[in-house]
Amino acid sequence: MSIHKHDNCTGRGCEGLCCLELKNVGVTMGTDELLREVSFHLHCGEIAALIGPNGAGKSSLFKAILGQLPHSGSIGFQRSDGAKSRPVIGYVPQSPTFDRGDPVSVLDFFAAAVGDWPVFLPIPRKLRERVGACLARTHAEGLMDKRVGALSGGELQRVLMALALEPLPHILILDEPLSGVDVEGERQLLDMLDELRRTYDLSILFSTHDFATLEQYADKVILLQNTVLKIGSPGQVLGSAEFQGVFHLRMGKGAE
Amino acid sequence: MELWYALVDLLPFEWAQPGHMFFMKHALLAVLVISPLFGLLSTMVVQSRMSFFSDALGHSAFTGIAIGVLCGLQEPMWAAVGFALAFSLLFTWVRRRTSLASDTVIGVFSSTAVALGIFAATLGGGSFTKFNALLIGDILSVEPRRIGLLAGILAVALVLWVCAYNTLLLSALHPPLADSRGIRVFWQEAVLNAAIAVVVTVSMTWVGLLVINSLLVLPAAAARGIARNTRQYHLFSVLGAVVCGVAGLMTSYYIEASAGAAITLYLALYFALAAVFQRERP
Repeated sequence: MSIHKHDNCTGRGCEGLCCLELKNVGVTMGTDELLREVSFHLHCGEIAALIGPNGAGKSSLFKAILGQLPHSGSIGFQRSDGAKSRPVIGYVPQSPTFDRGDPVSVLDFFAAAVGDWPVFLPIPRKLRERVGACLARTHAEGLMDKRVGALSGGELQRVLMALALEPLPHILILDEPLSGVDVEGERQLLDMLDELRRTYDLSILFSTHDFATLEQYADKVILLQNTVLKIGSPGQVLGSAEFQGVFHLRMGKGAE
Repeated sequence: MELWYALVDLLPFEWAQPGHMFFMKHALLAVLVISPLFGLLSTMVVQSRMSFFSDALGHSAFTGIAIGVLCGLQEPMWAAVGFALAFSLLFTWVRRRTSLASDTVIGVFSSTAVALGIFAATLGGGSFTKFNALLIGDILSVEPRRIGLLAGILAVALVLWVCAYNTLLLSALHPPLADSRGIRVFWQEAVLNAAIAVVVTVSMTWVGLLVINSLLVLPAAAARGIARNTRQYHLFSVLGAVVCGVAGLMTSYYIEASAGAAITLYLALYFALAAVFQRERP
């Protein structure tokens, strides 16, 4: 798995060098072994989908990468010039719910997350412009004065994604971004991910239960059930015996 | 204080005449300090869903006083502040460490603290009646140096808000997201809980334990329905608290009733009005 799909690296010095590397990552909570010997590479400009049944450890893996969960093994990041460094990680949490009544506008929420200016005071125009520019990355600048509780699922995803892109990360992690989004929203979201990785050459890792769109949008699929059962192109993974085993699918003979 | 007396003397009320009714002038100043303080904290109490926690703090705050009295302290209030701080930090920690729901943990802490308070108060055949004053509170008994203390706390709260409001807000809105952006959510909660603990304990003598939580919940609860962003939220909450605070004090003076209760009733009215004119139907 060391070198994978160079053709997906979209310029700017990514020659298979810029990548996130997990080596034998394990997470144990109490007596439960949530993850063991998880190893894979994720290159810059690459979109990888993490699939697996509920309880397979997808969220734990994200937390380990984010540094929120103690883990064994190593999680390293290598920049395109070969230097090792701590990556900046953008994180879009799973279907977040805000109270419908929260008196917090998108501008408040965003400015509170990216700036030092206390948002209960009048917001300076410069900060407002900066937030607008950030939101424009995911075409969400029109939502600035809406309350976070009044956003639709797709709108909220766009705002959270814009937030995850500020500061611009090396790796963008999305926890089930497609849940709670309708078919049209799903396509827009995946198109946006595709656009983002081309524009900013960042690695994108997202978990999903929706396998229909993987072939078109993911470069790599990781099948996880406490450990990596199968990794490869969408076709390789979705057609594998491991995939069928995990999801108990009865595939017809013609499926191979 | 002289400046304050001179200012109040300009007001067209009979109690505002120069040279007498100092207790009322003190009370008015105290209300003008306490109400924005509560209005400010209220925004975060409601946002973080801590209203049950602040209620528990209020009901158990006398425990610290009882312990202070038992230890023979000159100023049992400081024992109460220490107790409330310990209570809030231990609560924050225990909630983090267990899988129990927040309200269950609060219930455990609240009942334990109240029982401990009654136990300490009645130990050796003591009578509980000496604590009755704390339950109702008496704003008219406030002394100038206490107002100074309250003003100091208001200043500290303002500094806390300027320095930490953003991280507090993010921690309350979405803890995992705050975490992923390098905010230590546990300490945000601990600081907020400690601030609530100190404010409740220091003010209980004047506001009254039975109604103190209303000051921490009602201003923001009313403001929430009509505010569109955090600036309006703070404005409506603080302004509502100040207006209701002053109105409550005046009412209690002219028709002779507990000021704490009158303020609470005005706040309840404010809440009802805000609910009627709220931004949109749910």
